[in-house]
Amino acid sequence: MSEPAVLPEARGSSRRTTLPAARRSGRGQLVQRIILAAALVLLLVAPLYVEEFWLRTGFAVFGAIVGAIGLNLLVGTTGQLSLAHAFFLAVGAISYVFVSGTSGGFSTQVSGLGLPPVIGMVVGVLLAGLAGLIFSPMAARLRGIYLGVASLGLVFIGQHVLNTWTSVTGGFNGRSAPNFSLFGFSFSSTDPQLFVLGVPFREAERLWYLGLVLAIAAYVFARNLLRSRPGRALQTLRDSEVAASVMGVDVQRYKARVFMVSSMYAGLSGVLYALSIGSVAPESFGLEVSIQYLAMIVLGGLGSVGGAALGATFVSAMPLLFQRYADAVPFVGSPGQGGIAAGEAARYLFGLAIILVILFEPAGLAGIAARLKRALSRSRGRAEPPPSTDPPPPDLSTDRRPSDPPVQGSTR
Amino acid sequence: MTQFLSLLLNGLSLGALYALIALGFVIIFKASEVVSFTHGSLLLLGAYSIARLSETLGFYPAALLGIAITAAAAFVIERLIINRLRGAPVISLAIVTIGVDIILLTELIRRIGSDILNVPHPWAGDSFRIGDVGISQNRLIATGVAGVLIVVFFVAFKFSSWGVAMRASAEDGETAALMGIRLGRVSALAWVVAGALAAVAAIFLVGTPTPGVSAAVYTVALRALPAAILGGLDSTGGALVGGLLIGVSESMASGYQDQLAFLGRGIGDVVPYIVMIAVLLVRPSGLFGTKELTRV
Repeated sequence: MSEPAVLPEARGSSRRTTLPAARRSGRGQLVQRIILAAALVLLLVAPLYVEEFWLRTGFAVFGAIVGAIGLNLLVGTTGQLSLAHAFFLAVGAISYVFVSGTSGGFSTQVSGLGLPPVIGMVVGVLLAGLAGLIFSPMAARLRGIYLGVASLGLVFIGQHVLNTWTSVTGGFNGRSAPNFSLFGFSFSSTDPQLFVLGVPFREAERLWYLGLVLAIAAYVFARNLLRSRPGRALQTLRDSEVAASVMGVDVQRYKARVFMVSSMYAGLSGVLYALSIGSVAPESFGLEVSIQYLAMIVLGGLGSVGGAALGATFVSAMPLLFQRYADAVPFVGSPGQGGIAAGEAARYLFGLAIILVILFEPAGLAGIAARLKRALSRSRGRAEPPPSTDPPPPDLSTDRRPSDPPVQGSTR
Repeated sequence: MTQFLSLLLNGLSLGALYALIALGFVIIFKASEVVSFTHGSLLLLGAYSIARLSETLGFYPAALLGIAITAAAAFVIERLIINRLRGAPVISLAIVTIGVDIILLTELIRRIGSDILNVPHPWAGDSFRIGDVGISQNRLIATGVAGVLIVVFFVAFKFSSWGVAMRASAEDGETAALMGIRLGRVSALAWVVAGALAAVAAIFLVGTPTPGVSAAVYTVALRALPAAILGGLDSTGGALVGGLLIGVSESMASGYQDQLAFLGRGIGDVVPYIVMIAVLLVRPSGLFGTKELTRV
């Protein structure tokens, strides 16, 4: 599997050299901002109107978005295939329940430190990052598919270790996750009772805002990272390691660091998962979780931060929606009756979606969005060339015969 | 000592089966530059169809038909998906096989449910003894069949025109194509062979000492992936060595589980991955894999 060294493809350069001034001009940008602002307002007022199911689904989605953005930095931006994401999620989630949980337990004795949940969350993120850093010498040495399979091993080994370490994880039965609180403000249903505009703010409402804030923070951080010097370095690394090292990018160090950052994202996502489910067991961080996250970023569009968020929304919300509307969706039945179970239906759908995306739209949902935007601005008859911020033009992304092909996707 | 010999023998027989599966990974990788994550569910497909068919047809016809079905499924996957993506990045190709795997596996697990399907091997659960060392007859036959298949494979790989075409296209696809080798056909054939090998392995993997066809067979098949990787993804000999190494170490770790109690229960299941990571740390391209060279 010798990959001949070539210069990075020209496809990247067109968008990388886009001047910021040219990018900001035009009415399209304004419209886009208005839409973004409107979406934000909608998300902010949602807890006042929608019912608990949607808020809980939303919180799970926010957690998945954080994790997907992290994985996308690694796989999409840097081109390092990792199937170990589930393991880093587990490290985050379990560190949280260990640090903030209390000793005790029903069937299995577990110990806990009982520290404030904020500390638990921070420790979760840091430990996941540390786990990533420990694995990174491996990651820096291995290339492409070898890394993918080695990281697959990490999931199985990690699960075994965590299952064995019952005093921390609760073993097969798992343990419950403590409620989150921030400087004395509890994210639980009571204490203090809270009403906003006559709507009771219970756990679901409070967690919604927590998830929203963290997801936006994760999004902004990743976007800024990609636009910064390290971000450019990572993209060059993906396109050609040789070119990157010739340009002065310390390949090993950057690979190690992006692995760490991605694991920290996973750690935070794991903490949110623990909060959303209310309990944590090592069993729930198997290979299929890693594959789900991979599905998210492939569907969203490799390398695109916004795409990762879209993909995460799609993949994580679908099973929940199927479950809820089992009667309305064709072929799907509730458990026990005929038809396909909700989880299975969702798996068929995203398995199929992965194949179709890779076959026909390698830039994913982000690519489709960009195409729509271009079509929209063209139909308005603007003479100005379309805004070139986003994914590569389709003619280039469908060209499948470059000799050292970069992972497809944009650098948004 | 008896225990050691018995574990070694069982490990070698298990390893021979892993080697069959790993050979499939390797030839697919050589022919189409794809690491097939679909292999686990292809193997499960083979096991499932053999178990279902043998209810009516009897064992031998069912086994043949099951092998044919699996090979056909691999062929369809190659033609419909992989062939269209020729030249796409390795990572995209790996991800697309994961997509196929999700669908196939979900369907199979839905059909199998929580049952354990039984494959009625004519040799049943008998065991064979050499002195104090025992091995199940299933595993013994497996070793024989795997050995024969591996020899046939290596001979074909070396001498048949298919083998030569395959090696040529793995060496340099474009030149091979210019020489008149049809890359699409080579790749399709590789998938068919890999599918058939997986199905053969499936026949024996679901016999004693394993209880039968259940969803767990998938994770067993997955352990052939470390075998292929640690031998070197593009080395057929590596797949053989990797398979045996993984088989023996898994068997040893499970057999001495009591002495290894501090490592936790079920350590045997993760030992393949530990061995793989240890080997990759020292040799990033596997034991016999071609080292990646970069020229500037």
